[in-house]
This record gives sequence, structure tokens and C-alpha cells, in this order.
Amino acid sequence: MTISREDIEKVAVLARIRLDEEQIPALEKDLGNILSLVDELSAADTDNVEPLAHPLDAVQRLRADEVTESNQREAFQAIAPATENGLYLVPRVIE
Amino acid sequence: MQWDIVIGLEIHVQLATRTKIFSGSSTAFGAEPNTQASAVDLAMPGTLPVPNEQAFRYAVMFGLAVNAEIGRRSVFDRKNYFYPDLPKGYQTTQLDHPIVGPGFVDIDLADGSSKRVRIHHAHLEEDAGKSLHEDFHGMTGIDLNRAGTPLIEIVTEPDMNSAEEAVAFARKLHSLVSSIGICDGDMSQGSLRFDVNISLKPKGSDELGTRTETKNLNSFRFMEQAIAHEVERQMDILEDGGRIIQETRLYNGDRDESRSMRSKEEANDYRYFPCPDLLPVVIDDAFIESARDLLPELPDERKARFKEQYGLNDYDARLLSDDARMAAFFEETAGHGKDAKLAANWVLGEFSARLNSDDKTVAQAPITGEQLGQLVARIADNTVSSSGAKKVFEALWKGDGDNADAIIEAQGLKQVSDTGALEQMVDEVLAGMPDQVAQYQQETDPKKQKKMLGGFMGPLMKASKGQGNPKLFNEILLKKLSN
Repeated sequence: MTISREDIEKVAVLARIRLDEEQIPALEKDLGNILSLVDELSAADTDNVEPLAHPLDAVQRLRADEVTESNQREAFQAIAPATENGLYLVPRVIE
Repeated sequence: MQWDIVIGLEIHVQLATRTKIFSGSSTAFGAEPNTQASAVDLAMPGTLPVPNEQAFRYAVMFGLAVNAEIGRRSVFDRKNYFYPDLPKGYQTTQLDHPIVGPGFVDIDLADGSSKRVRIHHAHLEEDAGKSLHEDFHGMTGIDLNRAGTPLIEIVTEPDMNSAEEAVAFARKLHSLVSSIGICDGDMSQGSLRFDVNISLKPKGSDELGTRTETKNLNSFRFMEQAIAHEVERQMDILEDGGRIIQETRLYNGDRDESRSMRSKEEANDYRYFPCPDLLPVVIDDAFIESARDLLPELPDERKARFKEQYGLNDYDARLLSDDARMAAFFEETAGHGKDAKLAANWVLGEFSARLNSDDKTVAQAPITGEQLGQLVARIADNTVSSSGAKKVFEALWKGDGDNADAIIEAQGLKQVSDTGALEQMVDEVLAGMPDQVAQYQQETDPKKQKKMLGGFMGPLMKASKGQGNPKLFNEILLKKLSN
């Protein structure tokens, strides 16, 4: 299994990672190796194996619908880079 | 060229739980920003989600109400995407093992026919926070109170073929989730949000065309307009020999225009995988049966009962049964009003018109079903005429008195039903109109006679100061004139 230069550029865009030109050949090699490992795993016969949702053989416990959290905005916002009028501020988002 | 329209819906329904789906933060509406956003909701390191049992109960109630299979083992997955109102960087949702499997809803159409719309599945997931783009010195404000509010996303099969059908389905679903009490139904606050998938195909073709998705429609009117708009847009492109691009579009109802939001072919790789923080949730028979016990009467059942119990026609029964509050109001009115059909007419007529013109919901109405029922009873027993009753209704609505009898008394609206007194008035009026009486008696066409009868009613109502019982006047007139 090989991965193309275009694949790497596209994944970088999706992951919002900026790549320098010279980083790409090394990534091509490393990611290619990882994909070869996945190929090896894919070769295993799993026809009679149920897909696993979780490695623990247990079921989820649920909680009652009761308010247990109090307002701790001040504590949380003390460590936020920017806040105003109770809002967290982030760089402008444009749709 | 003739086209078939194919529509499927995705509906996000906010569940009316007290707390969030994975934390014990309150979901109460209208709190100060970020005062209901806990460490779990903010995705602080080291926090773990614990699912809310009530969210599962509500989802199961919905499944039972749409005749669906319940997912006995439901699994949460992570849907990864980047947006600042989603602090975790993924939405916890369900992909392959949803809580609600295939089901269906039957909708009534204007021509009296009904149609079955299949539900593909419904899954539990969490809502995101809110981004406020007003000017914060060139930055965006984030309120995470809504983050983690439980939602069910309901996905239909592409079974609808017109805006009318899609809106009928949306209304039915709205009525269903509010009737069973799993959602407050307040669309203006985003409690229900509709995404519409639309494609066109040549008439009769089996092959589906490329679809677009119009997102976040939060009123039935916008939904209808958005569908009409998108159908026209696609038709123009196809008829010019163009190609539809699979994409998400945003509709602006105020301007009746839409624009592309993002192209699905490009960036949408959500990298779903099972959420390692949550174990599979197992739903057993006892849980399902306890949810079933909580289900109130469903709108379809209520409609059938209204026809049976109150002798209403299909149309009235449907209008009165769709909304649980309206249905309860009608039943209270009918209970005090002696005549159910008359009660239905008043609830659907004067009462509904007044709600509309004042832009009020049933819950906000200034009168009770009991008050309207007492008035209906007085119309039914001829104490007040229907025109007098409108005055009483107006007084009740404005709070000028709180019961019909007192208002009728105070405003002198009591109808005269004393036959002796009415006969005397008829005699006097007829004596003053000999020409008209002669004309009437010479007329042979019963239709024209009926019309002429109306000519006597004006003077009679005047003679009785508007208080004569018109029905009795009519009977007496007929008797006297046929002599």
C-alpha cells in the first residue's frame, strides 16, 4: 500500500496542519509503512467475529436525570485566554 | 420535461430532560451564558461522560410512538469535526447501532388521502453550543449552555414527493413529540430543527438524482418556501443541461434565497469511530415496558376517539387532536358546553381566530376551556344568540368579567325565548308590512320565499332590541305567513 502526495496534502488540509514541501517525502514513507501494517491486519479472517464496540465486556450504567452541577463559570473562565460578558471569545469564525 | 420531486427529512428534536445527555448540568432555557456548562460540557481533560437515563427513556418512547424496533444494544460513536462551539472536537452520536430502528408515521393530506412515511432510524446525540458573531472586537463569542443538550435525530426514508407532504409530516412529528412530552415543541427556540434533502428525477424514473441538503429550517412556513425554492433551482439547472452538486445549502427565509454552505464531496470526512469513553447501552424488556406505560394517548388515537365520543367529522377531529393542549382545551369546553359539535365550532372558529390574531398559544389564552364551555352551554340552550355570544366571548377574552352568565346578565344579552312575547312582536311587525306579506304569500318558489323571510328578520331583531331568539322568530314567522 502506498500513499500519494495528493493524499497527504488532502489529509493535511482536513487536519488543519500546514506542511512544508520537504516534510512530504518522509511522511509518504512513514504513512506508507503504517498502511502496510493495516493491510496485514486486514488480511486476517474476521468472517465469524462480531465487531467490537468496546474492549471491556460490560454494559454502560446510566444516571438519573437530576441536576448535580453548579455554576462554576468564574473558575473555568479564569483560565480562558479571552472572555467577555460571560462568553468565551475565539478568533472570528466565518461560515 | 416533467420531474418527480423526492424529499427526505432529518429532524433534530431537543429532549425535554432536566439535565444534559452526558453531565448533570441543567438544560433550563434562558440562563446567563456559560453558567450551565460544566467541566464535562467544556471537555476539560480527565472528564468522562455518564449518560442520562431519561434521554434513553424519551428516545424509546419516541420509538414506540412511531411503531419502530428499539435498539436493544446501542453504541455511541464519535463524529469528528472542528468548530469552536464543539469543545471536544467531536460530537458524541450513534452511527451503526442507534436506539430507534425502522418505523413509520402516517400523514393526512389535504385531499383527504393518507400516506405512510417510513422512518429509517433515530439516534441519540448531543447538541453543540452557540456561536455569537456580533462584534466582539473582531472575535466570535461562544456560549456553551446548549452544548450537551440531548437530541434525537430522526432520519426518514425519501418517501415525500411535495412540499405539502413534507410539511404535513413535519407538523405530524411536531404534534407527536410534544404530545408524548419528550420535547417542549417550541420551534422559535430551536427545539425542533428540520434539514431537508431534495432531489429531482425525470418523471417515472427509478434512479434517484443527486440531492442537496437545506439545513436548520425552524418554521413550517420557511420549510415550505425553502423546498419550493430548491426545487425551482434544481429544475433550472437540470433543464439547462447542468449537473446538481451534492452540497449543504443554507436558506434565508427573510430574503427567500439560498446559498451553498459546504460541498460534501470535499471536506466532510468525519472519521467516525466507537467512543471509547462509553460502553454499549443495553435496553431490556422491563425498560421498554416502563417507557410504554408513560406514553399518553397518541394524536391518531385521540382523533379516532374524538370522532367516536363527540361525533366530530374527520377534519375537525384532526384539527382538534393534533396538539395536546388544544385537544385538552376542547375537551374541557365540550365537558361544560353540553353540545360537543358546537364546542368544536367555537374552539376552531372564534377561539382559534383570536389566538391567531393575538399571536398566542393555547397555553397563553386568557380564557379557560371551562369559561368557553359555559358560554357554549348558553348558546346551546338558547339563552344567548350567536351574535350575542360573540360579545360575551370578547368580554371574557378581555377580562371584562369571568363567567358567561354574569356577562350576559350585565350586558343585557339574554335572548328572549318567551313564545308569547315573540308572537306579539311578529304580529306587530307583520301588521306594519302588508305589502311584503302579500308578496311572500304569492311567491311559489320556496328559494325566493326563504330569501324574503330574511326581510322580516331585520325589523324583528330591531323590535326585540336584538334579543329575540332568531330561531324561534323564524318558526313563528313561517307559521303566521302560511296562514
